[in-house]
Amino acid sequence: MTNAFATLLAERDWLLADGATGTNLFNMGLEAGEPPEMWNVDHPDRIKALYEGAAHAGSDIFLTNTFGGNASRLKLHNFQDRVFELNKIGAEIGREVADAMDRKVIVAGSVGPTGDIMDHMGGTLTHALAVEMFHAQAEGLKAGGADVLWVETISAAEEYKAAAEAFALADMPWCGTMSFDTAGRTMMGVTSKEMTKMVGKIDHAPLAFGANCGVGASDLLRTVLGLASGAPFPLIAKGNAGIPKFHDGHIHYDGTPELMADYAILARDCGAKIIGGCCGTTPDHLRSMRAALETQPRKETPSLETIVEAMGAFSSESDGTDGAGPVRAARRGRRKG
Amino acid sequence: MSDEDEIILSELNDEDLVAQMFDDLYDGMKEEIEESVNILLSRDWEPYRILTEALVGGMTIVGHDFRDGILFVPEVLLAANAMKGGMFILKPLLAETGAPQVGKMVIGTVKGDIHDIGKNLVGMMMEGAGFEVIDLGINNAVESYLEALEAESADILGMSALLTTTMPYMKVVIDTLIEKGIRDDYIVLVGGAPLNEEFGKAIGADAYCRDAAVAVETAKTFVARKHNQSGATA
Repeated sequence: MTNAFATLLAERDWLLADGATGTNLFNMGLEAGEPPEMWNVDHPDRIKALYEGAAHAGSDIFLTNTFGGNASRLKLHNFQDRVFELNKIGAEIGREVADAMDRKVIVAGSVGPTGDIMDHMGGTLTHALAVEMFHAQAEGLKAGGADVLWVETISAAEEYKAAAEAFALADMPWCGTMSFDTAGRTMMGVTSKEMTKMVGKIDHAPLAFGANCGVGASDLLRTVLGLASGAPFPLIAKGNAGIPKFHDGHIHYDGTPELMADYAILARDCGAKIIGGCCGTTPDHLRSMRAALETQPRKETPSLETIVEAMGAFSSESDGTDGAGPVRAARRGRRKG
Repeated sequence: MSDEDEIILSELNDEDLVAQMFDDLYDGMKEEIEESVNILLSRDWEPYRILTEALVGGMTIVGHDFRDGILFVPEVLLAANAMKGGMFILKPLLAETGAPQVGKMVIGTVKGDIHDIGKNLVGMMMEGAGFEVIDLGINNAVESYLEALEAESADILGMSALLTTTMPYMKVVIDTLIEKGIRDDYIVLVGGAPLNEEFGKAIGADAYCRDAAVAVETAKTFVARKHNQSGATA
């Protein structure tokens, strides 16, 4: 199947993605507790401005304001019946912005986690229910004209696979990133190398996969190095612009545009093909990332030491891929069940 | 390895049985924990002793390994579930015997936030440490926190946020406590992936807790301090 995203991915050496939706909407006046997806219908002008912010700053791809647009999360605000509508409009506004650009810009339909725990871990989310929710969202994004679907900030492998299955039902190409925020692993304990293995076995394969959000830029780059060994598809790196700080009632991320430019170059040299930011990344950051990617020559893969030197220390000594992490004490003995 | 050995719980002496319960909690074996709790009860252990020495002791190890990145959320959820099995047996007995209470916590995810994995973990680990936990669930407005704190005469308020878009709401809650002049009546603990210590300080919380294990340790320290203070002024 040919589509605009796959074509662009094949043509280019690297692609610049966008920053984060939530933190940028916050800067535009979103109140804590409001569902951001409602702005698609209540303030389409601001959502347009959000997308334009990324596109005009040089992003080749931007994600729609539909991260929390699944039934489970919209239910919190009693909007669970508006999944199709809110996703469709979120993508339509994106289509309008992308089509007005004089270069090819990709509209990626953002799909976030359900927020529920899968049943095998004692939660309420069954595989069938997860597929159903992701499928409903996918159909809305497809109807609104998204070029590709983009599942992000996932912590459980089962949820990632459920999204893939749902996107197959919607007959849509997709990308998917997980969030490695707990000692270099996802909250559910998945290591970067385990993700690469897992992604390679998915029937409806993604066009690209990788990491987003998490702790800081250093951790994210270490994750990319782990993902890169044996990666079957192009890699995505979308890291936060530093660490959140609280100033005068507002959240501010401390990463400067210069730091994010260095991060972008390191991410490319670590093997990422699609590079963007996450929380705290503004159009200013994107502009300097684009400038850096356009001007700085490719270098050899950086070592962990180089990453620490440029971006700061890792949040944990091991990320679970080097066999050097801590291990549990020996068990007394095992009984047969 | 003793992999082949079948362990018969009722044949273990008390010391070995408690050590076995530590392992079984670690591996999330609920039925075995329930069996062991009943065995200890039949050996005339006080319910409170079973809670503190066996269950809390075992969950402390789980908490440490979670903190150290050896265990992750799925394993901790299973361990907490096994702990719950034991607690279900002990709870009515603890009430009957008038066992001492460590402290009471009201916990909930702030308005707009649906993510409750971290909050649930903290709740379970706090129960595992002997605290009574009142779980307000997700999406809590300031009023629901205030009501519960008063109705329950709680010691601790725990707030969780997993989104950068919802974390500032914690400050709204703390500011309201200050306004009403009741801020110092409670220990306020905050947590969630996007937070950090500096943020906790900036909004006026007593402490930011990096994970569930840290939350338990912090709560214990603050409660002990509070008890000492009230003892000194009495």
